[in-house]
Amino acid sequence: MSVLLTTTCAVPAAGAVLTAALPAGATEARRRTTKTVALAVSAVTLALAAAVALRFDPHGARYQLTESYSWIRSFGITFSLGVDGIGAVLALLTAVLVPMVMLASWHDADPGPAAPDGTLDPGTFERRRRTQGFFALILAVEAMVIVSFYATDVFLFYVFFEAMLIPMYFLIGGFGDRAGGPESARQRSYAAVKFLLYNLLGGLVMLAAVIGLYVIAQDQGFGTFDLPTLTDAVAGGSLKLSGTAQNALFLGFFFAFAVKAPLWPLHTWLPNAMGEATAGTAVLITAVVDKVGTFAMLRFCLGLFPDASKTFAPAILVLSLIGIVYGALLAIGQKDIKRLVAYASISHFGFIIMGIFALTSQGQSGATLYMVNHGLSTAAWMLVAGFLISRRGSRLIADYGGVQKVAPVLAGTFLIGSLATLSLPGLAPFVSEFLVLVGTFTRYPAIGVIATVGIVLAALYALLLYQRTMTGPVKEGVRSMPDLKVRELAVVAPLVALTILLGVYPRPLTDLVNPSVDATLSQVHRTDPAPAHPVAATSGGEQK
Amino acid sequence: MSASAVLAAAGGNTPSIPAPHVEYGQLSPMLVVFGAAVAGVLVEAFVPRRLRRWTQVSLSLVALVGAFVAVVVLAAQGHGAPRIDLLAMESVALDGPALFLQGVILLVAVVTVLTYAERRLEPKAGGEPADAFAAQAAATPGGEQERAAVRAGFTTTEVFPLTMFAVGGMLLFPAANDLLTMFVALEVFSLPLYLLCALARRRRLLSQEAAVKYFLLGAFASAFFLFGTALLYGYAGSVKLVDIADIVSGKTMTTAAQLSSTRSDVLLLTGLAMLAVGLLFKVGAVPFHSWTPDVYQGAPTPVTGFMASATKVAAFGAFLRLFYVAFPGLRLDWRPVLWGVAILTMVVGAVLAVTQQDVKRLLAYSSIAHAGFILTGVIAVNKQGLSSVLFYLAAYSFVTLGAFAVVTLVRDSKGEATHLSSWAGLGRRSPLVAAVFALFLLAFAGIPLTSGFTGKFAVFQAAAAGGATPLVIVGVLSSAVAAFFYIRVIVLMFFSDPKPGGPTVAIPSAFTATAIGVGVLVTLGLGLLPQYFLDLASKASLFAY
Repeated sequence: MSVLLTTTCAVPAAGAVLTAALPAGATEARRRTTKTVALAVSAVTLALAAAVALRFDPHGARYQLTESYSWIRSFGITFSLGVDGIGAVLALLTAVLVPMVMLASWHDADPGPAAPDGTLDPGTFERRRRTQGFFALILAVEAMVIVSFYATDVFLFYVFFEAMLIPMYFLIGGFGDRAGGPESARQRSYAAVKFLLYNLLGGLVMLAAVIGLYVIAQDQGFGTFDLPTLTDAVAGGSLKLSGTAQNALFLGFFFAFAVKAPLWPLHTWLPNAMGEATAGTAVLITAVVDKVGTFAMLRFCLGLFPDASKTFAPAILVLSLIGIVYGALLAIGQKDIKRLVAYASISHFGFIIMGIFALTSQGQSGATLYMVNHGLSTAAWMLVAGFLISRRGSRLIADYGGVQKVAPVLAGTFLIGSLATLSLPGLAPFVSEFLVLVGTFTRYPAIGVIATVGIVLAALYALLLYQRTMTGPVKEGVRSMPDLKVRELAVVAPLVALTILLGVYPRPLTDLVNPSVDATLSQVHRTDPAPAHPVAATSGGEQK
Repeated sequence: MSASAVLAAAGGNTPSIPAPHVEYGQLSPMLVVFGAAVAGVLVEAFVPRRLRRWTQVSLSLVALVGAFVAVVVLAAQGHGAPRIDLLAMESVALDGPALFLQGVILLVAVVTVLTYAERRLEPKAGGEPADAFAAQAAATPGGEQERAAVRAGFTTTEVFPLTMFAVGGMLLFPAANDLLTMFVALEVFSLPLYLLCALARRRRLLSQEAAVKYFLLGAFASAFFLFGTALLYGYAGSVKLVDIADIVSGKTMTTAAQLSSTRSDVLLLTGLAMLAVGLLFKVGAVPFHSWTPDVYQGAPTPVTGFMASATKVAAFGAFLRLFYVAFPGLRLDWRPVLWGVAILTMVVGAVLAVTQQDVKRLLAYSSIAHAGFILTGVIAVNKQGLSSVLFYLAAYSFVTLGAFAVVTLVRDSKGEATHLSSWAGLGRRSPLVAAVFALFLLAFAGIPLTSGFTGKFAVFQAAAAGGATPLVIVGVLSSAVAAFFYIRVIVLMFFSDPKPGGPTVAIPSAFTATAIGVGVLVTLGLGLLPQYFLDLASKASLFAY
């Protein structure tokens, strides 16, 4: 039994403990040690996650590199890990983004100036430990997210799906961006609580469904949480779920994932959380943690409840369609850069969920690629926005103007991020958005057509933002803005490069993902609809 | 038996009243604790004042650890499970649940005694280190006599024997195999608790008010219990749980007592309802919960921790025995009622906790909500239900003890600063204490990887398997509401700015530090690697019948 997966999960977890235990950062040198250690741990994790993706054979078994250890025997719970193409790719995405986030947030957790009333003098524990806390929490989130992507035990997945809320909560509530005044502390804790309560409610509803699934399975002789066993039993008909039970359980699981993803109308926590958190944390939320929600829809909802998935697919498609249009419209109206990115993400998550529940192979491949591409492009966009905000000390769009004259590199990378967000052909998100739309169109033409409106609206919000902040006369306060530093360039350059590379040559990714998508789809007993024109059929076949 | 037969028997060679056969070995956990309690009273009378405290602390700890060792030895010898004995003329059952709960209660008591022994938190009084208890309990609050007692540096070492008596009663309560023994145990552990509630060093009036409330309502509840016992005796002609079960299920009647049974359903149902009232009061279930916040708030915090954990364990133990041994045949009658009680308890506990402004009251309402969660496991009426409740009780006790021990540390000039507003920014000044308290709160909220989650999962799973799916859904929703107020406290501690002149965190001695450390260890241990304890609970979940 290979222990590669466990190692990949354990390294960031151990790194989190180690980082937290490093000597307190009273001096800049101490803090740099902490950050370097955390960054090194995340680099090792990246290497391990890459090794997992390389060792995964797309044409081999469904779950590979499997490991299983007994954990809570009384409830049939095991610590079981295994990887399919989708999980491997998403874990790799996580491992790529975390070092970027760390580099981008290099100074975000440095102790700020002492509070005026002296309640927090520079010597207090909290201020000395701030840096350790921030980087340890990021590593903890990374470890938990990777476990979620690798888990093949429903209960194990649930535990980490829930537990990752706690470090995320402290990241949002404890380390906001410096732009806000005294009011921002209150808004930040509001955002953190809202994030936690929404997701906790979702998780608890899922807990009821998890228990329900276990009780039903136990009655029929499957006292286990092992996902492959359960999905095979459901597919093979040896585990029978009545229609009502299956629908109820599906909704329980789906609710939790829809909150996390987030799907309209359960999205309202996201703009708050992303707006108040640091840019790095916002990337963690939208590009890493939220992906667990969409990933879980693919793996758990479709695999365990195929019939219910088909029943509810049209309704979910309508909700995701609303999300696409609604998110984009609200993004256009935002005054705050980070909230704009958040609403844009809601629109993108609409596309991902639409791709999943169109139940076509193109739609689902597209959705999986979309998760990766959205992760990369939004990370680039958001992090550059974060650099911009940290220079001016304001999140308001109205405070900027003419930045491209002062800081051309910053503006240029921001433009690439914006163009990726609006799915410009040649950049990675185009491929996935196109696949999702085609995949949806073949089964639900009307929904596919309306969803294309989302592309037009995306062009509006992304370009309007660029125009208002970067072009025009140079605003007061922007005049002396420095351009990107080496550290910041080191963050943005790989993201931009990946966005372009995967836009031109998505093949490595599709090769990895497609067999797993087909396996998922066959669990739902769905084949792609017969195309109206035989010509289209051959071209569709080639595409696969 | 006619009167003449009795006379004839009495006059004959064979004695009509056999000398009771008492299995001292198997009863040793209780005997040791009661013995130490009696010895503690003697210590109060004969040992000089300056030696008394150390004598009492060591006596109590030695006795409790000894009793725990006795429990472990009994379990290792196969008592409880698989071997089930009825002791002391069948009035005490030595079965799995009894032994498991006795073990839990004893461990809880050890930790409690540690928190009692803490003397570094209070400022010195009369040149002597002071603990959490009144200098002289009998003195009028604020009166000259009290001031004199404080000046003289007196301490109330009586708390140790009182607690030992309470622990003894609690050990007996879940093991009692007939209604009268159960009642006696109930009184034995309740009376010392009433007294202990009144012994707070600070806020004496609040403390005495709490004691009076607890005593009055508790006396009512005991009366209900006793009346229920009488009615059931009228119904079954016996107070033995097993006899009652036989009559309920309509088995053939053999003994004379059973022949005299009236078999009146009115007596049976009224009696059962009254017993339930008495027990639901003790576990703090709605609608018999109203004493909880006041008493938890007024009592000295170490005593509150003890009540919130050990009392609940003992009372739920008796509750389980009553409903699983004596009245399984009536489950169609009592389950709907308990459904209602459980739903009300979860919802009321969670919703009212949201509005609380005092940490101790908040924890009180949270304990009410948890009583509701435990009831969902009770209602399952299957082996899983029993073992999940046992596990939940063990997990919950140590979280509670730890949480109340942390409360004793946060202090201002008036003693413990329990108002929530004064906890603002605690996480920034004392991150370690705040982090530990946050861990306990997360465990209360049932976040995965803590003991609270494992327990909640176990009871909900048992309830779902027992066909109580709606209860699970209500449980999950009230967990979400409950999570809100736990999180509110975490927000307050970590994300609010500390108030100038707010409370400070006192550095505890090794006693309280150990107590909190045990709480943290158990919380994480039962969350991360619960299998051994789940096995233990599962192995223990068979009642003597």
